Amino acid sequence: MSAINKEVGPPVIELGTMGWLRKNLFSNWYNSLLTVFGLYLLYILIPPLVNWILLDANFVGSTREDCTNEGACWIFIQQNIKLIFYGLYPTEELWRINLVYLILLISGVYLLVPNLKYKGWVGAFLLVIFPIICVIMLSGGLGLEAVETRLWGGLFLTLVIAGVGIVLSLPIGVMLALGRRSKLPVVSILCTIFIEIWRGVPLITVLFMASNMFPLFMPEGVNFDKLIRALIGVMFFSAAYLAEVVRGGLQAMPKGQYEASQAVGLTYWRMMALVILPQSLKMVIPAIIGSFIAIFKDTTLVLVIGLFDFLGIIQFVGTNPDWLGFSHEGYVFAAAVFWVFCYAMSWYSQRLEKKLDTGR
Amino acid sequence: METDKSKIGSFLFNRSVQGYFYQIITLGLVALGIYYIVTNTARNMLERGLASGFHFLGVESQFDIGMTLIDYSPTSTYLDSFIVGLLNTLLVAGIGILFATLIGFTVGIMRLSSNWLIAKIAEAYVEILRNIPLLLQIFFWYFAVLRALPKPKQSLELYDSFFLNNRGLFIPDTIFGEGSSIIFYLLWLTIIISIGIFVWAKRRQNRTGERFPAFYVSTALILGTFFISLAVTGFPVSFEYPELKGFNFKGGIKLIPELVALTFALAMYTASFIAEVVRGGIMAVSKGQTEAAKSVGLKQNLILRLIIIPQALRVIVPPLTNQYLNLTKNSSLAAAIAYPDLVLVFAGTALMQTGQAIEIIGMVMGVYLFLSLFTSLVMNLFNRFMKVDGER
Repeated sequence: MSAINKEVGPPVIELGTMGWLRKNLFSNWYNSLLTVFGLYLLYILIPPLVNWILLDANFVGSTREDCTNEGACWIFIQQNIKLIFYGLYPTEELWRINLVYLILLISGVYLLVPNLKYKGWVGAFLLVIFPIICVIMLSGGLGLEAVETRLWGGLFLTLVIAGVGIVLSLPIGVMLALGRRSKLPVVSILCTIFIEIWRGVPLITVLFMASNMFPLFMPEGVNFDKLIRALIGVMFFSAAYLAEVVRGGLQAMPKGQYEASQAVGLTYWRMMALVILPQSLKMVIPAIIGSFIAIFKDTTLVLVIGLFDFLGIIQFVGTNPDWLGFSHEGYVFAAAVFWVFCYAMSWYSQRLEKKLDTGR
Repeated sequence: METDKSKIGSFLFNRSVQGYFYQIITLGLVALGIYYIVTNTARNMLERGLASGFHFLGVESQFDIGMTLIDYSPTSTYLDSFIVGLLNTLLVAGIGILFATLIGFTVGIMRLSSNWLIAKIAEAYVEILRNIPLLLQIFFWYFAVLRALPKPKQSLELYDSFFLNNRGLFIPDTIFGEGSSIIFYLLWLTIIISIGIFVWAKRRQNRTGERFPAFYVSTALILGTFFISLAVTGFPVSFEYPELKGFNFKGGIKLIPELVALTFALAMYTASFIAEVVRGGIMAVSKGQTEAAKSVGLKQNLILRLIIIPQALRVIVPPLTNQYLNLTKNSSLAAAIAYPDLVLVFAGTALMQTGQAIEIIGMVMGVYLFLSLFTSLVMNLFNRFMKVDGER
């Protein structure tokens, strides 16, 4: 009897680390084989990579002669860091860019921290006053020395293009989505044509068009900056993609929401602004962030029309005779920076998705 | 008077009247915008002495292209250069789609593996590759890997038949000798017979419930006939291997480094998106389906083939075609590493020489637009065909 009453735990082999290993890595013969294969793959990939990036790399020095170790020559990045981050922007004016970054960082963090007051005001500041500050600070005016956009470059230019593209394309995208779902045939057909044309062609042809055809469209004497032309192209391109995302949200709205707001006598615009858009935009926030990530990655294409964005500057720096042969370092560094930005955005959107996905 | 006023009022606030009003305004604004652009363009072109129209298509192009699938020389016309560019684009897209599908499905299924390590490796692949801009990846493979390869004399080689060096990738070419056409006819014949076997096996199973090993029988039939006919005709099919002659390789098929880098980058990048599509599709098949199939006594491979894959494919195919389309559009990044695709050849060189920006960009955009509209048309048909009754 006592033998039965004694508590018998599960077999040791199913508990703790051993149990976890058995269950997840060696559950049967082909899983064991796969595990061995995976370990071999990691073995041939990871150690050489770690050695190259960290253990055998060169960190101290100022010329290529200081790169005596086998691994990466990070001195190349260190020596060109100003070019890579700010392009040819005058050194004594760099504080202007940094100040803009600081304002953006502070207000951005304020908006992301939950449960703070006056978020609406900070948001309004970011959307209305901040862009004006940016234009004045970055290109000059109000006593600040003017800096031509051809001097803009590096990560700074990438952030400008992506930022402007993201901020301006969202309202245009919302309007296009509303237009496409409009009951007025002319409006809906025009919006559909517009959206499908932009979505149907690659961004590179849009940029070619922006740099070759825009000047022909304008009246005499009006000449846009190359950067502005690229911005317009990127803006319309991403607006078309966002329009489809927003349309998905509008379609997912239950019909009762439309009927209820009409029953209380709201006009079309009030119904959209007060009832439909707030709910449907919230529903598609993860997809909108996905589009933002795509815009951010696509900004690299501006180098084909001769703008030196982050990737363009990395390419350019690599052709400097003093630093020939360090393209690996440049690409790995650029990839790491882009990856951090994109992964941060997608991580945030996944968190948001979990948070918003309540009760559905 | 009172009634007149209210009539006008009700006319002004009538929904459909307002609708017409807004539509006329929109149409007017769009027409005005187009008129503005057209007149500006016409005047600008007149001032700069630019020609218009499509006459330039018949003119000699006077430039050469590094890689052509059809006969082309500087004496060919601009229209020929357009076709060369188009074919090069389609070639990259075709090979890219093939490899992206293979890698993507493998990685997607790996992510769902019960093996923790394999799932994590697949996840790392997806998270790393899809968060790095494609252009950066193309540059990496082209400038940092392929251009940095050794000279032809120190090529990397595989089985003495595949050679990789800084001039490109050299692979064996198949040569079809006399009598090889009969093998092809036999191959087609056996494939048609196999389809017949499948149809017959299905009918028989519906009628009697007995299963027929159609897959094994038809595989044996096709492969058996193929090898027997090869042996009987005395192996008319042979391979021409690339050989090092002087400073470069002769014979075989040469794939230029631009093509290799571009296809590789496109395939790896798009595969990370396809992997997510595949994972989503398989996960969308509810667990109850597997459990129900198990409870009626289906074996594991039949559950996969008859229950999971058909349902998952319904979810997978539309976003998958979307990814194929993205890959095709992204192949235009070729221009950045000078692979002679449609954009580089036509919207680059031809545009510079003729200056006819509107016609040329219009034609290039038209090609991509046609491809995407055609694909979405096919997808709409597919969705209608696959719709399950009673589903929204």
